[in-house]
Amino acid sequence: MTYTTSPSGAGRLLPWLGGGRRVRSARARETATEMKRVQFSSPVLPYLFLFPQLAVIFVFFYWPSVQAIQSSFYLEDPFGFGSTFVGLSNYADAVFSPEYQSIALFTAVFTALVTLFSLSIGLLLAVKADKVIRGSSAYKTLLISVYAIAAPVAGLIGMMLFDQHIGPFVEMASWFGWNMRVGLSYFDTAFAMIVVAVWKQVPYNFIFFLSGLQNVPMSVREAATIDCRSGFRRFWTVVLPLLAPTAFFLLIINVTYSLFDTFGLIDVMVKDKPANNPITLVYKVYNDGFRGNDIGGSSAQSVILMIVVFALTVIQFRLIERRIHYT
Amino acid sequence: MAAIDINNVHKVYAGGVTAVSDVQLQIADGEFIVLVGPSGCGKSTLLRMVAGLETISEGEVKIGSRVVNETEPADRDIAMVFQNYALYPHMTVYNNLAYGLKNRGTPKAEIEARVAEAARMLEITQFLDRRPKQLSGGQRQRVAMGRAIVRKPAAFLFDEPLSNLDAKLRVSMRGEIKRLQRRLGTTSIYVTHDQLEAMTLADRLVVLNGGRVEQIGAPLEVYHAPASTFVASFIGSPAMNLMQGELHGDRLAIGPAILGLNGFAPISGPVTVGIRAEDLRLARVEEEAMPFRLDYVEELGSQRLVHGSVGDQTLTAAVPAETELVSEMRLAINPRRLHFFAPETGKRIASAAPAAAASVSVAQPVA
Amino acid sequence: MHRTNLSDHLVLIFGSLFLFLPVIVAFMTSTHTAADIHSNGIAITPGGHFFETYEKVLTQKGGFTGEITGARMVMNSLILGVGFAAGKIVLSMMAAYAIVYFRFPMATLAFWVIFTTLLLPLEVRIMPSYQVMSSLGLLNSYTGLIVPLLASATGTFYFRQFFKSVPEELLEAARMDGAGPFKFFFDILVPLSRTMIAAIFIIMFVYGWNQYLWPMLMTTDEKFFTLMRGIKSILQVWIGSQIPDYNEAFALAVLAMVPPLLIVVIFQRWFIKGLTESDK
Repeated sequence: MTYTTSPSGAGRLLPWLGGGRRVRSARARETATEMKRVQFSSPVLPYLFLFPQLAVIFVFFYWPSVQAIQSSFYLEDPFGFGSTFVGLSNYADAVFSPEYQSIALFTAVFTALVTLFSLSIGLLLAVKADKVIRGSSAYKTLLISVYAIAAPVAGLIGMMLFDQHIGPFVEMASWFGWNMRVGLSYFDTAFAMIVVAVWKQVPYNFIFFLSGLQNVPMSVREAATIDCRSGFRRFWTVVLPLLAPTAFFLLIINVTYSLFDTFGLIDVMVKDKPANNPITLVYKVYNDGFRGNDIGGSSAQSVILMIVVFALTVIQFRLIERRIHYT
Repeated sequence: MAAIDINNVHKVYAGGVTAVSDVQLQIADGEFIVLVGPSGCGKSTLLRMVAGLETISEGEVKIGSRVVNETEPADRDIAMVFQNYALYPHMTVYNNLAYGLKNRGTPKAEIEARVAEAARMLEITQFLDRRPKQLSGGQRQRVAMGRAIVRKPAAFLFDEPLSNLDAKLRVSMRGEIKRLQRRLGTTSIYVTHDQLEAMTLADRLVVLNGGRVEQIGAPLEVYHAPASTFVASFIGSPAMNLMQGELHGDRLAIGPAILGLNGFAPISGPVTVGIRAEDLRLARVEEEAMPFRLDYVEELGSQRLVHGSVGDQTLTAAVPAETELVSEMRLAINPRRLHFFAPETGKRIASAAPAAAASVSVAQPVA
Repeated sequence: MHRTNLSDHLVLIFGSLFLFLPVIVAFMTSTHTAADIHSNGIAITPGGHFFETYEKVLTQKGGFTGEITGARMVMNSLILGVGFAAGKIVLSMMAAYAIVYFRFPMATLAFWVIFTTLLLPLEVRIMPSYQVMSSLGLLNSYTGLIVPLLASATGTFYFRQFFKSVPEELLEAARMDGAGPFKFFFDILVPLSRTMIAAIFIIMFVYGWNQYLWPMLMTTDEKFFTLMRGIKSILQVWIGSQIPDYNEAFALAVLAMVPPLLIVVIFQRWFIKGLTESDK
C-alpha cells in the first residue's frame, strides 16, 4: 500500500475525522486569491453553485452560533417567559463555580492523558508497522479498523469490559488488590474513560504516523544509515524531526478529539448519571442546557469552548507557519 | 488556415507586472513561428493571449481578418498542444480526439472520419481504445497533437510540447512536428526555451527577453546577425563569446591582443565584441592573433571545445578534434566574422564594412 | 534495508490485540445468553445463540413505545449515513467548483464564510442548533437529522484541494474544445473526481453512521432512532434491572459497528487516501 501524504507540512494532512471542524491546517489560511490562472466568469453561475452550501451554513451554523453568543448574555426564564439581559454574569457564574472549575480541571487532565497515550501508542505501532515487512498489511488492517467504531459504541464496549459483574478488567484489577468500581468511584470511572478514549483514538494516530513515516524519503533514511549507526538515534534525530509536522497536526486533532468527540463515550460510560462521575466541559454544556434548562449558562460555556477552539486554531496556524516546514 | 497579426500587444498583470510589452508580429498563412527565450520572458504569455487563455491588456490579435481579443478560446479556431499534454485522463484516446468535435456539434460520421485520419497520420490507430495512462510519453504526445489536428484549425499553438520527453524522443518528435506542419500547411506558433529546437523548427524565430522582442528573423539570419548581446548569447551552442574590447581606427584591442580589422571597424571607442566559437582557429605564425591560455577541454568527438582566457576574459573556441593542445595557444579570426555590440545597450552595431569586403580573404591582408 | 526482529512483531501483536480484541469479544459475547454472561463474564468463544439473539434484536419491537425494531434502527442509520455522505458530496463539490473555477467579486468572502465553520464544532453550539431546528419544525425528521450536519466545510475543503491539484491545462484544453462551465464540470471534473468522491463518501458515511449527540437530541420519536440512539435507550432500560440483557446490548453494539468497520477494512486504500491526502 502506498501512502501519498506529502510530508512537507501538517497543513497538507486533511483532518477528516471531525466531518465538521478541525481543519486548522495551514491550507485554510490561503485566501481565495490563490487560484487557477484561468477561470470562468459568469454573473450568476458561481452564486448558483454556492447557494445550497451557503444556505445550509447560514441556517445551521451562523444563526445558532450567533444565538449562542447572544443568549450567553441573557438569563432565560425557566418557564419560557422572556429573558433578561445579565451581561457577563452567566460567564462569571460558570467560571467561578467550584463545580465548573473541577470539571475544567478534569477536562484538562483527561485531554492531556488521552492525547499523550494515544499519540505515543499510535507512534510506537506505526514505527513498528513501518519496519515489519511480512504480515504488515494484516497488522495495518487490524489496527486501522477500530477507527470505524463510534464513540458511544466504544463507550458501551468499554463499559462491559469494566462491568462490575462481567468485566475482565475489573477482575484483572482485583488480582492487584484494586477493587475497581467503574460508575461509582470517580477515579475508577475516569481511568476507564481514559482507556476507552485512548483505544478509540489510537488507529487515527496510527494511520497518520504510518503515512508520515512512509513519506520520509528512502534516500534520507539511507543517508542516515550511513551517517549514524544507532537505529534509535537515527529515529530520534532524523525520522522524528521529519514527522514533526504530522505529530503537531495530530496533537491538535487529539486535543479536539478529547475535548469534543468523546462526548458519546462519556455519555454512555456515566450511564446517564453524571452526578458523582467525571465529565468534561462539553458534557456539562449539554447537561446544563438540556437537563438543567439553564440556557444562558450553557451558552456562556459554549462560548468559552468556542474561544478555546479558536485559540487552538490560531496556535496551530502560528506554529505550523513558523516552525514546522522543511520544504 | 489563416495569417495571424499581433499588433502592439501588451500584457500587464493585476499586480502591475508587465509580462509582455509592445509585441508586433505578422505571421503569414502557413508559417511556422517559434517564440524562444529564457523562462519568464513572456513567450508563453504571448502564446496564451493568442489562444485566449490570457486577456490582452493592450493591442490586438487578429486571426485571419478577425480581431479576436474578446473571443472565447473555443471560438478562435485554433488548437493547442500543451506541455503536459492535458489529455483527459478518464477518456479513451478516441474520445480525447473527438471531444472538441462533439462539443461543436460535428456529425458523428465526420468525427469518426477525422479521428481515423488523424490517428493514421500519427500512427496511433491501434491505441484509440486506450486511456492516456496506458500510453508512453511519446504516444501521449501524439495524441495531444491528434487532438489539435482533428479540429482542422486555422492555427496550431504549441506550448513547449516536447519538454516532457527524453532527449532522443524529443529529436524524433521534433522532426515529426516539422513534417506534419509542412504537410498540413497550418499556421503554427511554437513556444520553447530550447534554442536548438527553435533553430530547427522555425521558419522565423522570435527571440523574447523580459517581455520584449529582441529579434525576429529566419534561424540563420538570427544566428549570423544577432541583433543584441542577449540574442547572441542565447542562440547557438556553445554561446557566442562576448568580450570587452576597444576600437581605435582600424584596430581592435581585446585585453593584450590587438587585431587589424581591414576596414571592418564600424565605430571607434569601447565595444562589446562577439565571437562564435567555431569562427576561431589556430593562428599561423605570421598572423595577428590573440594569445590564449588553455584552461580545460570538452571533447565532442567531431571537434573539441577549448575553454580558456585572453587576458582576463574567458573565451571558448571550437577547434578540429586533431588540434594539438598546448597551454598557450594563438587564436585567429576572420574580422568579417566579428560581431560588434554597443557596450551600454547591447545592441548590434551594423558593420561598416562594404559589401565587397565580404569576398576579401583575411588571410591575405589587402594592402 | 530493515531487519525485522521479534520484538517488533511482539509490539504489533500486542497492539493489535489491544485494539481488536474488544471487537471480537463483543461479537462472541453477543452469541451467549444473558444469564450465561451474567454468571461467566464476557466470552471469547462462540456461544451458539447467534441467530436467536440477532433475530430478537433485529425484529423484536422494543424501546419505550414498543415501536422500534433493530432492523428499523439499522435502516435509519443507513439513511443518515448515506444521506449525509451524498448531501455532503453534492453540496461541497458545487461550492468548491464555484470557489476554484470562477472569478467573481464575492469569492474571497464566500471562501471565508464557508471555512469559518471549521472553527466551531457542533458540540459547542448544540443548544442553539436545537432551538433553531425546533423553531423550523424539523425535529423528528430525516431532514432534521441530515441537513444540519451538512453545515460544515470539510467536504468543500477537500474538493477545493483536489480541484486545485487538477492540472490547469485540462481546463484550458477543455475550453479550446468548446466546453462551458457545465460541460467541463460534468464531462471532465466529475469523472476525474471519482476516486475522491468514493473516498470522501466512505469517510462521510462512517461519520454520519456514527453520529450520536445530534440524533439523540433531534429524535424523540422512536421511529427515527438510529443504532447509536438505540444504544442510549438500551442503557436507560437497563438501569435497575436484575440481569441486564448483556447479549442484546452486545448484539446492538456489533450491529452498530460492523457496517462502518467492514467499509473501512474493505475500502482501506481509498479510506486512507481520503483521510491523509489533500493534494497531489
